Amino acid sequence: MSRKVGIVGVGQSAFVRTYPGSIRELVFESFREAMKDSGIARTDIDATVVCSAPEYDKQRSPAGVIAEYLGLNPQPTFYAETLCSSSSTGLRLAYSLVASGLHDVVMVIGFQIMSQLTSVESQERMGRGADILWESPFGTMMPAYYAMHARAHMAKYGTTPEDLALIRVKAATYGQLNPLAVYRKPVTLDQIMDPSSFLGAPVAVPLRGGDCCANADGSSCLIVASEEKARALAKKPVWIKGIGAASAPVNLAGRDRLYGLAAAEEAARQAYKMAGITAADIDVAEVHDCFTIAELMAYENLGFAKPGEGRELIRSKETYKEGRIPVNVDGGLLSKGHPIGATGGSQVRTIVLQLRGEAGEIQVKDPVFGLVHNIGGVGLYGNVTILGLE
Amino acid sequence: MAKNELDTRFTEFGTVSFAAVTRVNDFIGHLENGKLMGTRCVKCGKTFFPPRAQCCECLSAEIEWFEVAGEGKLVGYSTLQYAPTGFTEEVPYTIALVDYGDYKVFGRIDASVPEADLAVGMTLKAAVSRTSNGRLTYVFKRA
Repeated sequence: MSRKVGIVGVGQSAFVRTYPGSIRELVFESFREAMKDSGIARTDIDATVVCSAPEYDKQRSPAGVIAEYLGLNPQPTFYAETLCSSSSTGLRLAYSLVASGLHDVVMVIGFQIMSQLTSVESQERMGRGADILWESPFGTMMPAYYAMHARAHMAKYGTTPEDLALIRVKAATYGQLNPLAVYRKPVTLDQIMDPSSFLGAPVAVPLRGGDCCANADGSSCLIVASEEKARALAKKPVWIKGIGAASAPVNLAGRDRLYGLAAAEEAARQAYKMAGITAADIDVAEVHDCFTIAELMAYENLGFAKPGEGRELIRSKETYKEGRIPVNVDGGLLSKGHPIGATGGSQVRTIVLQLRGEAGEIQVKDPVFGLVHNIGGVGLYGNVTILGLE
Repeated sequence: MAKNELDTRFTEFGTVSFAAVTRVNDFIGHLENGKLMGTRCVKCGKTFFPPRAQCCECLSAEIEWFEVAGEGKLVGYSTLQYAPTGFTEEVPYTIALVDYGDYKVFGRIDASVPEADLAVGMTLKAAVSRTSNGRLTYVFKRA
């Protein structure tokens, strides 16, 4: 019988265009918040899992330098990577380390410094997260892969570019309220629908500038603990109720559909089953809106809407804070920013704060269950985590 | 080819190639002969595109080549107005996924097909071609 696992500390750095420091210093920012949040001592941490997507900065094997800088020697430390869902994978590892009884307290650190690369270099790195033999030689990049999904979704269900724009308008509504977000300006529907504006300019048709998340530098930190430790440490422990993960073929040629992400659907199925609840029980969610179409597909893959009806959720504002299922009320990847390895941890932090009732201006009314959907690559790695009170 | 020399023909594939050596480098030879080819497991008959040298179904490493012929249906596509390092001089270009039934093929739409003429579900056929920098590739044309 595996042990119950709680989250006792959460932290996030500000997500910024350019962090004026090194990865170890950037990680310290979220580490400090998580340590203060949990109130534990460094010596209580039994192991650290360090997560990022490789090749954005020069440091190889970053776990070592980060553990040293945070004073976490001689405890074990190691690196976990699943592109944009690296820190959700780190959380999965931490969960199993604690649930198995091997460790009592494990820290999950996610980080990314993207600003050392130009935008086109960054697109090339991300493109190489796909199939370098059979896809990358055609000049692929993340916005284009997701644009292919948008095109397929539009053809199958009649989703429109305006539906997608509404998702960005929502993200910007909440990005303005998040002091840690990289993009804090409002976005109007007219701006995205105007091809002559920066937000409306086509990037990979049908996706426009405003449909794409912002690259950012940032870090996140989670502290995971056994039930006994969590009850002793936290005023209001938040429990990992369900944790699902799945994969899909890298090359789109291996996929059965482009209008949804099978790995997300499978991860959600596992997480709901483990938690013993359904989509209707979720009170607040963080989904991986690296592009607007990704959030729309998430509505359907997570069961918040029936296949093809995701657009109704955003049209009726049901995913706003006051709606039936609030989604990404911290600004999401679109406005909060997407420092790849830090994203999953930041999503979990938002849900933990919501469940504790500490989310401030974006607090949803009395949530009991929250969900995190974090995708690596183009639907390559699917991760769904359900958190709850008791 | 000298005994210890590696077959690096894969460097000739696409606008920018990110790999030199695979066990299916004959793919390049077939492109040179004007044929787009996938592989089939001789033992269990499973077809693979992109081609692979080993079969995960039956663990056999005995494969044969087959030609990607006939028509496929367009599953999804996107025209890039912005491109990664190495491809910026080619924009706009359109990437696409085409379903042939037993397998799907990822590639580019030929420049002869205007973006406005494309629609999910339309039929296309693959043809061997050259990139703008003169390297081997394949494209989808109107069927």
